[in-house]
Amino acid sequence: MNNLKVWIPLAIFLMFCGVAAYQLTQPKDEFVESTMVGKPVPEFELRPATAELPGLSIADLKDGKPKLLNIWASWCVPCIAEAPHLETLKRQGVEIVGVAIRDRPQDVARFLGQYGNPYTKIGADDLSEIQLSIGSSGVPETFVVDGNGIIRHQHLGDVRAEHVPMLLQKLAEAGS
Amino acid sequence: MIAELGLAALWLAAALCALQLLGGALAQRDENSDLARLVRPAAIIQGLLAGFAFLMLLWLFYVTDLSVKLVATNSHSAKPLVFKLAGAWGNHEGSMLLWITVMALAGGLIALVERRLPEKTMLATLSAQAFVGLGFYAFLLLSSNPFERLPQPALEGIGLNPLLQDIGLAFHPPTLYFGYVGLSVAFSFAVGALLTRQVNPNFARAMRPWVLGAWIFLTLGITAGSYWAYYELGWGGWWFWDPVENASLMPWLAATALLHSVGVLAARDALRTWTIMLGVIAFSMSMLGTFLVRSGILTSVHAFAVDPERGSFILVLLLLYIGGSLLLFALRAGTVSEGERFSVTSREGALVFNNVMLSALLGIVLLGTLYPLLTEAFDVRVSVGPPYFNPVGAIFTIPMLLIMAVGPLLRWRGDSFARIKNSVAIVAAIMLAVLALVLILGSYGLLPVLGLAVAAGLAVGSFLPLRGRNLLRAPLSLWGMVIAHFGIAVALFGMASETAFSEEKLAAVPVGESAEVGPWDITLEQVAPVAGPNWTAIQGRLAASYDGGDPVLLTPESRNFWAPTQETTESTLATRWNGQLYAVIGNQAADGRWQLRLWWKPFVTFIWYGGILIALGGLLALIGRLRTDLKRRYVKSRQADRAKEAAAL
Repeated sequence: MNNLKVWIPLAIFLMFCGVAAYQLTQPKDEFVESTMVGKPVPEFELRPATAELPGLSIADLKDGKPKLLNIWASWCVPCIAEAPHLETLKRQGVEIVGVAIRDRPQDVARFLGQYGNPYTKIGADDLSEIQLSIGSSGVPETFVVDGNGIIRHQHLGDVRAEHVPMLLQKLAEAGS
Repeated sequence: MIAELGLAALWLAAALCALQLLGGALAQRDENSDLARLVRPAAIIQGLLAGFAFLMLLWLFYVTDLSVKLVATNSHSAKPLVFKLAGAWGNHEGSMLLWITVMALAGGLIALVERRLPEKTMLATLSAQAFVGLGFYAFLLLSSNPFERLPQPALEGIGLNPLLQDIGLAFHPPTLYFGYVGLSVAFSFAVGALLTRQVNPNFARAMRPWVLGAWIFLTLGITAGSYWAYYELGWGGWWFWDPVENASLMPWLAATALLHSVGVLAARDALRTWTIMLGVIAFSMSMLGTFLVRSGILTSVHAFAVDPERGSFILVLLLLYIGGSLLLFALRAGTVSEGERFSVTSREGALVFNNVMLSALLGIVLLGTLYPLLTEAFDVRVSVGPPYFNPVGAIFTIPMLLIMAVGPLLRWRGDSFARIKNSVAIVAAIMLAVLALVLILGSYGLLPVLGLAVAAGLAVGSFLPLRGRNLLRAPLSLWGMVIAHFGIAVALFGMASETAFSEEKLAAVPVGESAEVGPWDITLEQVAPVAGPNWTAIQGRLAASYDGGDPVLLTPESRNFWAPTQETTESTLATRWNGQLYAVIGNQAADGRWQLRLWWKPFVTFIWYGGILIALGGLLALIGRLRTDLKRRYVKSRQADRAKEAAAL
């Protein structure tokens, strides 16, 4: 008690705890959105990814109807997991267009045959050009695009059952 | 079933841990009570149960049981086996389980083998260990259950962070953990000794192997981590002063200081309070590091399990352990006498100097790491990087290394510089010669030039303690010190020459053309897509020839992982004895040329060779110490036997 020095470490430590506790209670932005949200999809034109469906171009995204733009690939394992939920969305009347990343027509056809086809159109993006230009960093990702081709929402990773209502709501907001 | 078995074992272990805490605490009043006799077995069984729980988690990852949340979120059926297993600890919950497992096993080991300390101190130590352990069990079981089941099994797992899908990194965190946990044992010893006021050479000898062991693992962990960051992140550097890197460096600095002061306490019964203080600080730094990494409170390239709720939990643990032990220290420090005296010019004097410098270094790293946190409280965002750490660190490092080159030549208790003046002259002459040589060679920065000179002097100085000795009969611990100090010189040489002599080239090269960096001529032969088990990549084929010699094939890649999706650059290296060529492939420009980043880094590998030598020195010292202990124990038991025989006659 007679020696003040021995109390210094404790005093410093308690100060640190105070600052840390304060910092912990501060809200932080945790969700990193693409900087493209709120902006129009850049011009593009993609050849069909499979013989059964038409390809995709910017004009398809500006037809006045909000849509889901799903970035996927037949070699992508989480894409298998999200397939049934895209089917659910389709049954609710949602139009889903796809962009297949670095894929082959026969693989795309095999995937659609095996896991179902929720898409009305699929463009083939062999060099990831579209993917990168709209701020997607991987597969799968799903964008809500309104009738004027403006990106309203970005969903990272696979679409799961719990995301379906949220996506439906975002689409409804994009349609109004 | 497996997950439930693991969870049950974990709860049982936690219960035994509570028993260990209670028994050890009550034994402070009556060390012959029945409860006191339960403490050691409780510690041993707790270790076994925690080990069992960890094995169960490994099993779940081995079979990829996707009904377990942790497996589903961190593993993936298409992943190579070794990374499936590494997935068990490559995440928050699993690594916490690994932590508590290693800690419980260490507690069991102390309970099993440690017989040197008075029983009361031993029980206090085990009790302190249980106190720390209990907090971690609470953390695991209440907030981070690794065995949690999903309501519905997942179809497929999400995968392991691709940056972690690297053999070096799979084993880097556990290595560091062994270090952190070893320091928790040292901490428990310090608290036990403070509680029973038994700070003496015996205590130091009991604590020393744990400090040494922890220090070896920390050294290896930092070395491996630095090399991983160097070749995996693709930015060409080996140390970034990132908060997470600092989180591992700070306990190392404290452990290095502790290692030297515990040696003084063991040999000379001096520096008692200082040793205890460092024991508390070293573990506090491990805990602080964990807190910084897990709470997301600081921005780091290693963002890991960012979660304010968990951060709050660890902050409470920090308050309990560090706050509690510092309070105990403040209350008790006055009652622990300083021990033996010594003069400034002595082995102890040199070691105190080393301790003060290491502590100062620790202070500036701590300040630099926490500074952004402080200013952020006032809404100012700053980042503190190499421009602060390098020069300010050097102010303390260089004098410390100078003393280190000659300190081991001094005798204990009191000596004169006149006696070692020849050795000092040799070291000084070598430093000046190298200094002159480098200054003639060209103009480099002040720090790398000083670094090269000090490295050369230290390299020679570290072998001087062997002079005039029979090399075969010199104690293993002396060899350990010599090799560890030489390792510092080697690492310093690597750092200084990498900083001074590196050459960098950012080139845009069409296929078939070449670029030059340093003595290398690199031709881009081909760019092709390749596929791995869970990624696809663009791979470049480079033919690199050194000084017109035979070309070496290099294949840098830009990889796209799809579970989870992430892009990583796989740099490639061509290693020669005198340095490394470092190549990274970037994007293709619109005109078809490929971006290449090339570095020629002379003697860069010496940084990590040095790290390995330092750890090897520690290992030799540890083996030497353990052998001496065993001999001493054997001699004692022989003496006891003889005494018994004599009594029987």
